[in-house]
Amino acid sequence: MSRIQGALAVTATAMLLLTGCGNATEANQPATSSPAAAGSTAAPERADADLVIWTDNLKADPVRAFAEDFAADNGISVAVQVVSGEFQTALVTANAAGNGPDVFTGAHDMIGNLVQNGAIDPLQLAPDQLKGYTETAVKAVTYNESVYALPYGIETLGLFRNTSIAPEAPATLEDAFAKGQEAVAAQKAEVPFSLPQGNSGDAYHMQPLYTSMGGYLFGATAQGDPNPSDLGVGGEGSVAAARKIHELGESGTGVLKRSISVDNSISLFAEGKAPYLVAGPWALNQVEKAGIPFEVTPIPGFAGQAAAQPFAGVQGFFVASNGKNEAFAHEFVENAMNTEEGMAQMFEGAKLPPTMTSVREKIAGQNPAIETFASAAESAQPMPAIPEMAAVFAPLGQAFAAIVGGAEPESTMRAAGETIAAAIGK
Amino acid sequence: MIETLKRLQRPSSPAPSGSGTGRERTTKPVALFAKILALGTVVGSAAALTPALVATGRWGFLAAIWVIAGVLLLTYITGRGVPAKYLVPGTLLLVVFLVYPIVMTFQMSTTNFGDGTRTSKEETISQIIGASVVQSPDSPRYNLSVATEGNPTTGPFAFLLVEPKSGAVFLGTPDDGLQELEPADVTVAGGFVTEADGYELLTPQEVNNASEALKEFAVPTDRGAIRQLGIRQAFEGASPLKYDETRDVIANTATGVDYTPVKQGDREYFVDAEGKRLSDQSWLANVGFANYLRVFSDPRISGDFLQIFAWTFIFATVSVAGTFLLGLGLATALNDPRIKGQRFYRAILILPYAIPGFIALLVWSSFWNKDFGLINNSLGLDLNWLGDPFLAKAAILLTNFWMGFPYMFLVCTGALQAIPADLKEASRIDGASGFLGFRKITFPLLLVTVAPLLVSTFAFNFNNFNAIYLLTEGGPFDPANPTAGATDILISYTYRLAFGGQGAQLGFAAAVSVLLFVLTGIIAAIQFRFTRTLEEVN
Repeated sequence: MSRIQGALAVTATAMLLLTGCGNATEANQPATSSPAAAGSTAAPERADADLVIWTDNLKADPVRAFAEDFAADNGISVAVQVVSGEFQTALVTANAAGNGPDVFTGAHDMIGNLVQNGAIDPLQLAPDQLKGYTETAVKAVTYNESVYALPYGIETLGLFRNTSIAPEAPATLEDAFAKGQEAVAAQKAEVPFSLPQGNSGDAYHMQPLYTSMGGYLFGATAQGDPNPSDLGVGGEGSVAAARKIHELGESGTGVLKRSISVDNSISLFAEGKAPYLVAGPWALNQVEKAGIPFEVTPIPGFAGQAAAQPFAGVQGFFVASNGKNEAFAHEFVENAMNTEEGMAQMFEGAKLPPTMTSVREKIAGQNPAIETFASAAESAQPMPAIPEMAAVFAPLGQAFAAIVGGAEPESTMRAAGETIAAAIGK
Repeated sequence: MIETLKRLQRPSSPAPSGSGTGRERTTKPVALFAKILALGTVVGSAAALTPALVATGRWGFLAAIWVIAGVLLLTYITGRGVPAKYLVPGTLLLVVFLVYPIVMTFQMSTTNFGDGTRTSKEETISQIIGASVVQSPDSPRYNLSVATEGNPTTGPFAFLLVEPKSGAVFLGTPDDGLQELEPADVTVAGGFVTEADGYELLTPQEVNNASEALKEFAVPTDRGAIRQLGIRQAFEGASPLKYDETRDVIANTATGVDYTPVKQGDREYFVDAEGKRLSDQSWLANVGFANYLRVFSDPRISGDFLQIFAWTFIFATVSVAGTFLLGLGLATALNDPRIKGQRFYRAILILPYAIPGFIALLVWSSFWNKDFGLINNSLGLDLNWLGDPFLAKAAILLTNFWMGFPYMFLVCTGALQAIPADLKEASRIDGASGFLGFRKITFPLLLVTVAPLLVSTFAFNFNNFNAIYLLTEGGPFDPANPTAGATDILISYTYRLAFGGQGAQLGFAAAVSVLLFVLTGIIAAIQFRFTRTLEEVN
């Protein structure tokens, strides 16, 4: 009997040990603790339909409306499923297991990784079909000379300004910082400038400042594609940018703060506590709802330096490589969606600056903020879609956070460059 | 909740007399019925799963399912092997939920599975070639109707094509290529062939169903081949790439460049003579123990390992000790009968436990914010909690205390109520003070019950990924070392190594998990040994 008890005890403790890591009742936390589980929880069960589309919450309604028309025209059933959280991981895993969607929407910077994982099929869009879209958008969705997504919207960063605190659009970043600091001194605002960094940094939002001082991530090949063997982090331009960021950071003028992150940057502006905000079109909704007087302008550069070049992210429709309904998937993306009607409907629902020039011309003048974002996106640089980008954002962001916090700028930036180079070298 | 706990923890009293044998006899038919039902369900489920497993060729699973069903049948159908009846369910669960995942994880740890290596070599080659198909310049897009002379799912298929500009109609087959048809032979409506002699036209649904077969279907032309695109269109395109199986080479027929598989790091790529990759896509391969070697030989990993291991140990120990002392103190205080409104206080104290940890951690993360956080604002401080390595550790521990103490409070309350009151009374009569009584009698007795839970809480906190990741993401980071943060514990650190820098490296992550599993197991084993001595003393 005691042996049984012993065996049971071993079993029970072993179970306890294992389940203790992921089970609510055993220990003091209800949520899962394994990273793999945390990453894969976002994927829904694939719906049973003749065309399954995965998208995110913001785009679900327009996609559904259009897809249902498409289904009715072809006499098929369609399911639009909302995927939240780690979209890319969920998609790659589900696609490999044969439970993925036929079509999905997403940002173009996933392309490199998705191609490398064999998760997407190239689209056959003839050159004359692509003429209807802006050059930046087409360039963004082209990878290794193949087009992988049908672009419908483009996102980039702009400068939101509270016009009751700062009526004039700033000509340079210095202008904006000075106005912001005046506003704080006059107690009209709590922080001079809302640019999200957080304690782990945010290389995406710092990119306009970084590029204005001559920093770059990857150089370009002769064809204009990003060149992973030419790393700009740790180079001269990046060091100049690091010095500037250090001056603006917590040990300098205090314009940039680690206490502002993506979690609170938009609400600081919407509540009138910050006269300026660096954000993309996704912030429009919240800011408009808050009812403060505001205007959006392209982000200016530093005085006497290059223009600020934020990243452009192109949103598009993709065809998954392992979908069950390939023919309908290609039909939907390359033929049905690839029309002025489809693109206009996506704009109405998603409110992203459209990439189809004819749609953009039609809405010109209706929404000045969208118009600003659209023109800012044209001069912006498409975010590199190469898989190597995965190795850039975290170390570079952490370097920015450290520099904002007062770390020595040059050595910090060079160390980040070395880390990235080591990671890319594999 | 507390009431239930009380009842559970109360020492069991002998069962009321007279109910023993009589009840057993009356429940027997019910028990038999339940047994038949349960075993029937087991066999039924195994039978129901069989066709699907046979169809997908998963023989390992098939065998496992029938072995499990067989073992269950053998154990419960006969009256013999009483110990087995108690052991089998536990053992099965152990195998299914512990041994099997570990074996799978170990298996994965010997491969290079990860971003860029998720497909087999065969798939990789076909995807590389498929991605290089481009529409031939100046070629038209044809209006397509897919037709068949035989069966709409298996074919043989043929393309009926209309050139939109000229209106010319073609028949395309893989064997005979493209042939122009007489307009009289077919009916064309709206730019599409709608009827043709001897052919049955496929509906959109049928075209979709035949996707697999149509993928391979191409009508050869001078400039490449005509392929299907969607439901109603066809395009003429070609790929310059060809795979030569005998030489294991992808050749570019347009430029004459050969791409051979070359090993770079732990994966192979098709590269040209100068070492330039044709594609970043590699394929799944076995790498043996390379992932384990990497853990020990990579200076980036071994360099930070000791420091992070030390913090992991401190974090888990202090978390357990802190939550236990806090919980025990409150439980002891509230266990005193002189306190009024015990239930109310207990309910309040359990509140943190009722909030999902995920949300609580995110909320706490904003509480610690230097400029806008609740802590600094309400206490009038200006501390950069999450930006300073020491303060960040303090913030994490404090948050974890808050999250963990209700559990310890519950456990201790239950354990305290299980200690007979006469023991305390006896000690008081012997002249022991309240504290001495607690130290000599209550605490040791309590520890016997609670110690295993402390060990499991330690093991949990040892791998408490959420607490770190949701509060600080492992940060703040030393500017010279952006891979290891000041608050990183082993699991959050390896998560960043495996998924952060270079995309997902699941094979490597699996190797690290196996090592972590071993490490946690060793620590827990040592602790259980210690717990056992505790029991023997008492």
